[in-house]
Amino acid sequence: MRENYELTVIDSTELPLKALEMKRNNARLVQICATSIEGGYELSYSFAMDYEFINYRIVLDADVKIVSISDLFPSAAFYENEMKELFGVKIESIGLDYDNKFYRIEVEAPFKK
Amino acid sequence: MGKRSIVPFGPQHPVLPEPIHLDLVLEDEKVIEAIPSIGFIHRGLEKLIEKRDFNDYMYVIERICGICSFMHGMGYCEALERIFDVEIPDRSKYLRTIWCEMSRTHSHLLWLGLLADAFGFEALFYQCWRMREKILDMFEASTGGRVIFSVNKVGGVLKDMDKQMLESFVKEFDAMEEELKKLCDVFLTDITVISRLKNVGVLSKEDAITYGAVGPMMRASGIAIDTRKLGYAAYNDIDFKIITSNNCDSYARCEVRIGELFQSFDIIRKAVKQIPDGDIATTVKGNPNGEAFVRLEQPRGEAIFYIKANGTKYLDRARVRTPTFTNLAPLTKILQGCDYADVPILVLTIDPCVSCTER
Repeated sequence: MRENYELTVIDSTELPLKALEMKRNNARLVQICATSIEGGYELSYSFAMDYEFINYRIVLDADVKIVSISDLFPSAAFYENEMKELFGVKIESIGLDYDNKFYRIEVEAPFKK
Repeated sequence: MGKRSIVPFGPQHPVLPEPIHLDLVLEDEKVIEAIPSIGFIHRGLEKLIEKRDFNDYMYVIERICGICSFMHGMGYCEALERIFDVEIPDRSKYLRTIWCEMSRTHSHLLWLGLLADAFGFEALFYQCWRMREKILDMFEASTGGRVIFSVNKVGGVLKDMDKQMLESFVKEFDAMEEELKKLCDVFLTDITVISRLKNVGVLSKEDAITYGAVGPMMRASGIAIDTRKLGYAAYNDIDFKIITSNNCDSYARCEVRIGELFQSFDIIRKAVKQIPDGDIATTVKGNPNGEAFVRLEQPRGEAIFYIKANGTKYLDRARVRTPTFTNLAPLTKILQGCDYADVPILVLTIDPCVSCTER
């Protein structure tokens, strides 16, 4: 049996509100994933409420900044540090910002296209 | 206010089989804050997808970790099977389920051994690992490998287990269950063990949700979520109850893992009884196009596989969100306010897998 899940495309400015809505619904942040596309990124923010799996997709230009959701979900800080260091995603106000020293890699944003 | 100091913990520490570093902010002997650092062994395996055929990459992805290697390969294949929209034969679903549960038993036994070693019970450590060796022998007999198995493929599995082999495994697990009951008595009733685990590293139900705990870490905080209930592989046909505890402490995490060991034996017995005859794989042709998320319950908790394909043999993205990665935040929470002497045990109670985290 395959799991059904939602995938909704949202604008980056809607992210804080969606995250707040998830927080109020007692959802868990289960992952944030970045994928490089030409000229930018696709970011997937995944939440779970019991077994319900909810995904928000943000398509972001490479030079656009997004705001961290680590004040609502502390575990987001690790995902955001990963996206920042490996992909070069510009993220503001990460709760625990490792300043590109999370994975201690020598190459700058190796996953960026 | 007591005297504040910062004490480094790891990356080399007797209790850690893999490197992770913690900066512990102490006030006298109490931990006020813990800041984890990883990155000592980051391998960039996800980057390799750009240069490997999606079929070959199966052999890369299962090298993420030596404990959950089977499940990493399986999760990757399940995500691609979803993109291809193929249904694998029922027999291969059961075979995957049996190997998944064997992975869980050897992972939990490994963890119990490490825990015993951490609080100084060396004989108990040897007993747990001796039992684990038997499971690795079964893996070797059925797959040819003890760490990397390479039996998954997109469309099913590459090897079958005959009736005789499956029945011999069940007999082995029956004997192991009796032995394990005696060992678990020590973990669950010994006064020394209880004093090191009870009321230590408490993670409330609310904090488990806020900090994103998964797996036994979450279920030990009273949350009955187990992604096997989503029904992947043959789990939809096998009845099992989610093991939880409401104690929320290190003892609860031990209790849940022990409960899951017995549950895995039971699932294997049921799967062997119910396994249908038939093919073990279906042919999948062409290149994948599209994207998919798949969630699996690995021994350490929920893992999420994300695949994005573009119609060529090279994928755009293959991502694994491993359970230890998301259990880092709950670790920082349970370390707050603990005694410095409890830090090694608490780090162990999340069952950290750094090679998964640094895939």
